[in-house]
Amino acid sequence: MIKLEHISKVYPGSDQHAVENLDLEIESGSTVTMIGPSGCGKTTTMRMINRLETPTSGRVLVDDHDIAHVDPKALRRTIGYVIQQVGLFPHMTIEKNIATVPRLLGWERAKTERRVDELLDLVGLDPDVMRKRLPHELSGGQRQRVGFARALAADPDIMLMDEPFGAIDPITRVRLQDEFRQILHKVSKTVVIVTHDLDEAIKMGDRIAIMRDGHLLQYDTPEAILANPANDFVDSFLGQDRAIKRLALINVSQMMEPPRNIGATRSVSLEANLHVALSLILAERLDGLDIVGADGGRVGYLPRERILSAQHEATEA
Amino acid sequence: MIVTDAITWILDNHSAFMVAFNRHMLMCAISLGLAALISIPTGFMVARSPRAAFVSVNTAGSLRSIPSLAILAATMPFLGIGLLPSLVALVVLAVPPLLLNTILGIREIDPAVLNAAKGMGMGRREILWQIELPLAMPSIITGVRTSAIQVIGGAALASFIGGGGLGDFVNAGIALMNMPRLLVGALPIALLAIVAEVLFGWLERRFTQKR
Repeated sequence: MIKLEHISKVYPGSDQHAVENLDLEIESGSTVTMIGPSGCGKTTTMRMINRLETPTSGRVLVDDHDIAHVDPKALRRTIGYVIQQVGLFPHMTIEKNIATVPRLLGWERAKTERRVDELLDLVGLDPDVMRKRLPHELSGGQRQRVGFARALAADPDIMLMDEPFGAIDPITRVRLQDEFRQILHKVSKTVVIVTHDLDEAIKMGDRIAIMRDGHLLQYDTPEAILANPANDFVDSFLGQDRAIKRLALINVSQMMEPPRNIGATRSVSLEANLHVALSLILAERLDGLDIVGADGGRVGYLPRERILSAQHEATEA
Repeated sequence: MIVTDAITWILDNHSAFMVAFNRHMLMCAISLGLAALISIPTGFMVARSPRAAFVSVNTAGSLRSIPSLAILAATMPFLGIGLLPSLVALVVLAVPPLLLNTILGIREIDPAVLNAAKGMGMGRREILWQIELPLAMPSIITGVRTSAIQVIGGAALASFIGGGGLGDFVNAGIALMNMPRLLVGALPIALLAIVAEVLFGWLERRFTQKR
């Protein structure tokens, strides 16, 4: 568990708080997305967890240990760190880049090599092709995959990710978000993601921390925040279409009815969310959609009215 | 034909030529080495502070704007004649390009690379040896190349204060109005400069290709 207690940060030469009296608890194994306008203190707050920033006052506890008493270098080697610009070392091969922290920790060569191959596989890159390549030979998406693998190299319990998808084209971004979320879930890390993309915050976060002017305005699950914004700022930050955004959090399987005998004209997979389903229904003026399982067989039917009433049912449930 | 005369002279006076040639190379190597020892660490120390970099680059630059002959002449009253004053003058000549290019090389490193290095738990020393130095290397070699060419030409002037080297032949050639003798000094100096240019240019490309 990561615990921030009464954290404040004032940069030298500034009379304003970058972060002011902030309390935040992040449960082990969960993902928290931090979001807010630029200058709200989200990145500063995240960088205090691996001591890239030092709080002016307050404590940061990782598993009940005050990290102010831990050597910063040793601490950082146990925390994965991913940044928007990736920051791969341009003069080192992909293999050597990924092996950075194992090398700092003095791992044996054979163990490091095995780990590098395992990680390349995990992030969907072919080890035989990639091992000896240099960063400039990779696409932006591939580079962020390597950056992600490099952060995971020594199997840290905590991952800090500063706008990890910010510099990636929209199509690749969605794919990477899905893949990274799956991987992070599988390896059960405690994850902090800083983002300025609300959809990303909703999609990736078990909980969302909304910040403004160094203050934490609301800290809750995406469902709860979209249903009950804490104040006017959060409400306007979420946008007037927040009801539609909520649909993205509800899976079609939660709302579907038993399959009908006659197939509808369109179908969606069991993993799709109501946002996707509604979009299809609107685009093609349908009354409802078939829900199909992995084998393509119909497993349910989702009528339009169920989507329209989903918000209220989900809130009551 | 004065060129063939010059070559014949070199063959006939092989040992005299080699003494001067070796002396020339020695002056170049020592002064380049000293300049590197001064400039590269200084560059690393000042590169991150704009003010310190400004001061050191300009100090070195204004020292360099003094003509080499004037520096040689100025060192003579203090250091006498011979190798030492020549080396001092050559180091002054070699420092500015090396210092400037070291600073540029470090400044050009992507801040994200350093942020990632620090965030993964690299210390000052690891960042210096594993990240900053290799990444600044192509630029440092550019500096070495420029300095080497300066020093090879500059060393010809050492002859005026008894530093020896290939400049002795040039001076003798002028004094005696002996054109072949003049070329005995001038041709190898020109060749050395070209070889340095090609060699360091190749090294620079080799280091740059690695990214």
